[in-house]
Amino acid sequence: MEKTIQRDLFPGALEMMMLRTLKRQPMHGYALAQQIKRTSNDVLEIEEGSLYPALQRLLKAGFLKAEWGISATNRRVRIYKLTPAGAKHLEREVSSFERMLNGITRVLAPGEL
Amino acid sequence: MNWLKQLFLRKRLYSELSEEIQSHLDEKVEELVADGMSPEDAIRAARREFGNVHLIEENSREVWGWPSVESVVLDFRHGLRSLSHSPSFTVVALLTIAIGISANAAVFSVVNSVLLRPLNYPHAEQLVALHQVAPGAEGLADFESGLLLSPSMYFTYAEHNRKFQSVGIWGTGTANVTGMAEPEQVRTVGVSEGVLETLGVPPALGRWLSREDQEPNGPGRVMLSYGYWQRRFGGDRAVIGRTITTDSRLREIVGVMPQGFRFMDGDFDLCAPLAFNRVNLPLAGFGFHGIARLKLGVTIAEANADLSRLLPIWMESWSNGPGQNSHIYEQWRITPMIHPLKQEVVGNIGEFLWVVMATIAIVMLIACANVTNLLLVRVEARQQELAVRTALGAGRARIVRGLLVESVMLGLMGGLVGVAFSYAGIHFLVAIGPSNLPRLNEIAIDARVLGFTFVLSVFSGLSLGLIPALKYAGPQGSSALQSAGRTITVSRERHRVRNLLVVGQVAMALVLLMSAGLMIRTFAALRTVDPGFSDPQRLQTLRISIPDSLVAEPEGVTRTQNAILDKLAEIQGVKSVAFISEMPMEGFDSRWDEIYAEGKAYADNTIPPLRLYKNISPGLLHTAGTRLVAGREMTWGEIYALRPVVMISENLARELWGTPSAAIGKHVREFSNMPWDEVVGVIQDVREKGLQETEPEIVYWPPLDKNPFVPALRTATFVIRTDRAGTESFVNELHTAVWSVNSNLPLASVRTMKEVYDKSVARTSFTLVMLGIAGAMALALGIIGIYGVMSYMVSQRQREIGIRLALGAKGGDVLQMVMSQGTKLALVGVAIGVCAALGLTRLMTNVLFGVTPHDPMTFVAVAVLLIVVASLACYIPARRATLVDPIVALRYE
Repeated sequence: MEKTIQRDLFPGALEMMMLRTLKRQPMHGYALAQQIKRTSNDVLEIEEGSLYPALQRLLKAGFLKAEWGISATNRRVRIYKLTPAGAKHLEREVSSFERMLNGITRVLAPGEL
Repeated sequence: MNWLKQLFLRKRLYSELSEEIQSHLDEKVEELVADGMSPEDAIRAARREFGNVHLIEENSREVWGWPSVESVVLDFRHGLRSLSHSPSFTVVALLTIAIGISANAAVFSVVNSVLLRPLNYPHAEQLVALHQVAPGAEGLADFESGLLLSPSMYFTYAEHNRKFQSVGIWGTGTANVTGMAEPEQVRTVGVSEGVLETLGVPPALGRWLSREDQEPNGPGRVMLSYGYWQRRFGGDRAVIGRTITTDSRLREIVGVMPQGFRFMDGDFDLCAPLAFNRVNLPLAGFGFHGIARLKLGVTIAEANADLSRLLPIWMESWSNGPGQNSHIYEQWRITPMIHPLKQEVVGNIGEFLWVVMATIAIVMLIACANVTNLLLVRVEARQQELAVRTALGAGRARIVRGLLVESVMLGLMGGLVGVAFSYAGIHFLVAIGPSNLPRLNEIAIDARVLGFTFVLSVFSGLSLGLIPALKYAGPQGSSALQSAGRTITVSRERHRVRNLLVVGQVAMALVLLMSAGLMIRTFAALRTVDPGFSDPQRLQTLRISIPDSLVAEPEGVTRTQNAILDKLAEIQGVKSVAFISEMPMEGFDSRWDEIYAEGKAYADNTIPPLRLYKNISPGLLHTAGTRLVAGREMTWGEIYALRPVVMISENLARELWGTPSAAIGKHVREFSNMPWDEVVGVIQDVREKGLQETEPEIVYWPPLDKNPFVPALRTATFVIRTDRAGTESFVNELHTAVWSVNSNLPLASVRTMKEVYDKSVARTSFTLVMLGIAGAMALALGIIGIYGVMSYMVSQRQREIGIRLALGAKGGDVLQMVMSQGTKLALVGVAIGVCAALGLTRLMTNVLFGVTPHDPMTFVAVAVLLIVVASLACYIPARRATLVDPIVALRYE
């Protein structure tokens, strides 16, 4: 099933990727969706719409700021930008994710068992 | 406020979100078209990749909302809709709750205004009444007013205390105002310095009475009440400085007190200085009410100690005359017992108000039980709906909340209607309330009453919904769905709650009916009490006061009164007339005498017991219908000849000489140095202080006396026996008759003894009416409860009954089956109610008279009444059960 991957994303993973992507460069929703797909080499097939509730959550938490602007294709769009609080949150999330990944990798590593 | 801003921003946020999502889709389509896809395909692909646009939009919005609040609002809407779908249920439930709440709100507003709200004076919590008791003063100790203050006591307290900001004494009286149209008797308040300062209410106009106004021979000055100022001077602001003639003395008006200002609980017209002459003030003269304002932080106990310290100083500083022992009052054991002024004003009304409040609260409980029963039936009918909702994923909490929201909504709406009702209820209460209910004029709905009503509404709403909600929101959805559509016999368990509610209702109704029954017995007992006069509706009374400025010489006063008697007797329809210092239960301040009896030994330096005394004219006993127990009445000849004759009450005769007849010919005297008076007659005991109070011992002096202090009775109640009593034409003729003797004499307290009598039983009849209403409501609700449950049960068991009948049961068997089930409930309720009533009616002891709180007759009568009525309520559904047609009942299956 196509959606398996997305459904199996752990909670917060999507937000983390969004924050990471926006840290590099502010962008609008559509661009963000394309960017995440591209960088993951299309492994993570994300339902594009699911970005929006996540964007609202991050906005409400104060990790992002949004401003209306004009996109490269000359369209009125809302451009999202990482806030300092968002940057800090991302750092925390990434480090805890790395720790977790580390643990999982160790368990999965061949030969040790 | 962040959430507030969010609230306003939300609308914009939502539309921005839609715009953003639309632009996302557009961009995607554009890109796909640029890649060579057809526009239609592109739109479809874009949508597919995006997902469910509406769901995503909703999810995005939800991030900003308060899902819990919003879903509660949803519950409210749902509740409202479901209530409006069953209007008859809603109306019945609403009315039941509204009546319960309005009764509670109305009675609570009385409790609030009378008992809870502070008095209408600034910093009223510092105000105290200088109450004191004198257990050593025989005779005095019986009465709740205790020992009043004497002027010398006041001066000692005012000048030497350490714990009071101010101290004053006051007393009420009447005065004749002349020189303005008709002569008028007005209500006066005499105040010492310190009274107005203590109360602390500034005048509306002019100034307070000052220290200078209290000089004994100073200029006569007076203040007006707002009401008198409006009535007599039309609210003229130029009234300050004008003069008014009271008791033939010219007084200058210096101020007007503001609207709503009352002396404790009394209305007044004029406020005049007491203006004591400090020279030669005796220790005695205990006739004034003391009032004081405590210093900040001083407790009642400290203030009591302060006054106790001053009592020896008082006895040292003043004297009853040369050669008199000042320490004679030590044997009285005078003890200050200061209490808050509010307690003085409110008196013992609290007990009776709380009884009324408690009964009304029980009515509310019964009403709630009834509505709960209705809700149970309703929820049962909605089982399938609830099961479907559960199956669709509504959690138990959500369903409980939905049901609770619905019942709270019922409660709130009931409360709203209830507040409207209670406005009417308060008018009713004030109208039927005893006119001597303190602070009656202050009763109103205020924020506290509204708060009480709100809390009561929410609380009753919650408790209404709780039982149905907990019972039916359980994880029983599947069984409900399975049984849907088939009329199975309702489980015993499900009936239990309803049965319990009915039992509770019957029990509570029994308690209420019991207390109402006890009040009826009390009232009946009061009716049989001989008050000391007969046929009160044919007894006209009026009071006339003859000041010395009008008739100086004592004998002239009595002659004037005699002339008035003659004129009154000439009026058509008058059977007999007489006068007396005051009739029983008129409520004027009592006067006391030290009475020495012949043949009794009195230790030196002790004071004999104080006795209440009155003055009566010949013919009073016959006119008023008071029994002469022994001897004879005094005659006018004896009175004018100043013969030493006196009459006494039966209980005093028995106390002193054993029997009434033994008292005839014996002697009593007032003070140790006065001549002896011969007892010529013994009069039946009278209920001087009210029907419920014991009869005091009384000495009856003639109206004219050799006593140098009070030589003649100047203020008297004239008593007229006539069939025309109370009619307007008769009252007019009374005025003409009195004015034909002296046109300067005002008539006061023109009323029939029936009014005096009714006032005396007003509190009892008010309680009776309230408990009667509460009892009737309880009975009606209880019957509805039983009837509802039984008919519901019959309708539920229709199939079972049908089978029974089909199998050969007779109608009588079915009738008996249903009846026995109903009466069993009633019997259990009655049993529980009797036990509860045994405990609860004891709280009523103080409002009962002539009947014990456990009066067996009342208990039996009420229990039988309830059982009979409950059986009747069961009979109708039982009868219907026998009419079940087995074929019809079974065909439904």
